[in-house]
Amino acid sequence: MEWKRKHLLGLEELSKQEIQLILETATSFKEVSFRDIKKVPALRGKTVVTLFFEASTRTRVSFELAAKRLSADTLNIAINTSSTSKGETLLDTAKNIEAMNVDAMVVRHGLSGSPFILAQGLNCSVINAGDGCREHPTQALLDMFTLKEKFGHLEGLKIALVGDILHSRVARSNIWGLTKLGAQVTVCGPATLMPRGIEQMGVGVDYDLKRVLKNSDAVIALRLQKERQEAKFLPSLREYSRLFGINQDKLSEGSSNLIVMHPGPTNRGVELSAEVADGKQSVILEQVTNGVAVRMAVLYLVLGTKEEVVI
Amino acid sequence: MGLVIKNAIIVNNDKIWDRPQDILCEDGKIVKIVSSINAGGHETVDAKGKKVLPGLIDIHVHLRQPGREDKETIETGSKAAVKGGFTTIMCMPNTNPVIDNPMTVEYIMHEANRVGLCHVYPIGSITKAQKDEELTDMAELKAAGCIAFSDDGKSVLNSRLFRLAMEYAKMLDVLIIEHCQDPLLTSGGVMNEGAVSTRVGLKGDPGIAETVTVGRDIEIARYLDARVHLAHMSLKRSCELIRWAKSQGVKVTAEACPHHFSLTDEACASFDTSTKVNPPLRAREDVQAIKEAIADGTIDCIVTDHAPHTKEDKEVGFDGAPFGLIGLETSLGLVIKELVKPEIINLPKMVDKMSTAPAKVIGLKSKGIIKEGFDADITIIDENKEWTVAKEGFVSKSKNSPFIGWKLSGQVECTICNGKVVYKV
Repeated sequence: MEWKRKHLLGLEELSKQEIQLILETATSFKEVSFRDIKKVPALRGKTVVTLFFEASTRTRVSFELAAKRLSADTLNIAINTSSTSKGETLLDTAKNIEAMNVDAMVVRHGLSGSPFILAQGLNCSVINAGDGCREHPTQALLDMFTLKEKFGHLEGLKIALVGDILHSRVARSNIWGLTKLGAQVTVCGPATLMPRGIEQMGVGVDYDLKRVLKNSDAVIALRLQKERQEAKFLPSLREYSRLFGINQDKLSEGSSNLIVMHPGPTNRGVELSAEVADGKQSVILEQVTNGVAVRMAVLYLVLGTKEEVVI
Repeated sequence: MGLVIKNAIIVNNDKIWDRPQDILCEDGKIVKIVSSINAGGHETVDAKGKKVLPGLIDIHVHLRQPGREDKETIETGSKAAVKGGFTTIMCMPNTNPVIDNPMTVEYIMHEANRVGLCHVYPIGSITKAQKDEELTDMAELKAAGCIAFSDDGKSVLNSRLFRLAMEYAKMLDVLIIEHCQDPLLTSGGVMNEGAVSTRVGLKGDPGIAETVTVGRDIEIARYLDARVHLAHMSLKRSCELIRWAKSQGVKVTAEACPHHFSLTDEACASFDTSTKVNPPLRAREDVQAIKEAIADGTIDCIVTDHAPHTKEDKEVGFDGAPFGLIGLETSLGLVIKELVKPEIINLPKMVDKMSTAPAKVIGLKSKGIIKEGFDADITIIDENKEWTVAKEGFVSKSKNSPFIGWKLSGQVECTICNGKVVYKV
């Protein structure tokens, strides 16, 4: 199949075939990062801007390296949201940057739906690097890529998403992507952080972590923002950890082939014990490695270059 | 010189008249309704083939003046009103300054008089500066012209203060209009909490924020045997509570807005900020329930909650955009399209919801019916005419409508206020 989209705004609107195409393209790009000379000329002459309205290290760096390994020029802009609240709208900011002739804008913003505002108002490609609580498509794609590497397929896999489902864009993108590719998804977390109607997205809900681990091939632990406790969603982090933190004891309920994933950065001792985060079932660093390959694939596809993939 | 409306098929809240009549208006009053009037010396309007209704009354409008004249003014709001067929509107007090003092009341009435298109009644705030701390001087405000009070935009959260407000209003025989929403439950929600908000990752406003307040207000009204009017009801459960309260003889009345029976929360998935409104667009079952509640009398009035906002204010993303949409110019068309054409209500019932009942709820004794001796406020419509809502077509200063591009049924042909033609298509 041929890639036809100019933007990547989320996995909700992608077909199974489109997701598979990204994952296949990423497979061919992964090897580039293991070369002595880590560069291919696929996007030579293109300009990729990362525009981040929320703090991020991992995702931004991953996009930047992906663009550089495809020979694109990159520019990173981090904007403190308070300066945009002084009159200049998100679209104004982006239009000013676009006026300097950029080809793709990788955007992270705290507002759900903000990539749609940009995609409607800009001529360049827009790649969503996380919008509010809505989607973080490249994170889900790299999770799926990692799962596919480990298990050889996604169809029929049982995947658990554990933690703050309510505020998690990683959870939403993974739910869209994994269910489209035939995996069975269960969400697990405190009832106060479980959004209403989540089962209508085609997932199971279970509040018993041990049971969930027993029935899963992989578990994706989600980052818990400290603010959630301040906003009274949780009695205490200690209590959270007791019920939903994954330690070796709880992990031993599941199969020894069960893998543990986390989008990072990990709150050690909250979502995962150090033992689990660094243990042999953890694939957290492989996820980070795969992130570059997946983002290379996304940039390559949306920038619509017609040249053969040179590897 | 008076005004004669020729060939008028009159629609009142009780019936559609069989035969066309001529209506003579003089000195702001309807003086004669007979089969034929010699129009000699009078201005005439021919209503042949049209329907002639008592002037529409919208008791829930935001005119933004004083304070946010960039969004709307009394003048542009009045123009939008008469274009939408409204001859009487009531404006909410969340202006700057708040309508909590006689000077602001007088200023609005004076400006509305100068504009001279429709009747404008200012609604006073229940609490000073809408701060939920102290009651306003309601008697003084009543003397200045306020016939209703509301802290619209938010609830009077302090239940004791609300009880005192209801008691005091009962003594003065003025209406309390309550915006039912517990902000602690809403907690920053920007759309209806449910499967759609979960899917699109927008913060949900749970329906219980409305219904617990509806429940509280019904209980206070029952306890005090006082009147309360519940603004912009949006939920199935609210309708059930009101229906029950009415069956118990509680003096509660309620209103609903066209957007709450025309759109569901699915519209918010477009991230179009003109779908961001308070209370939010709800689920399909709520939309259905609002229609039923309008038909069975649980909901007394249809109002617009006309809430103009500039493009700049709305174009800041869904979370940051202010709540509200404009409604004066699309209300009648939506009511006919969504309620009359599908035979949920007939034309007389529409007249009841949009004119007779609001007049009664608010206590305007000479409005809401076409009858000799009543005010000469009249709206002439062609209920079968279809038209398409266009951004450029709005005379309101703001264009924040989610109905742009919609095809509506029913057009206002002519609006007459105080016996004078104030709008003609």
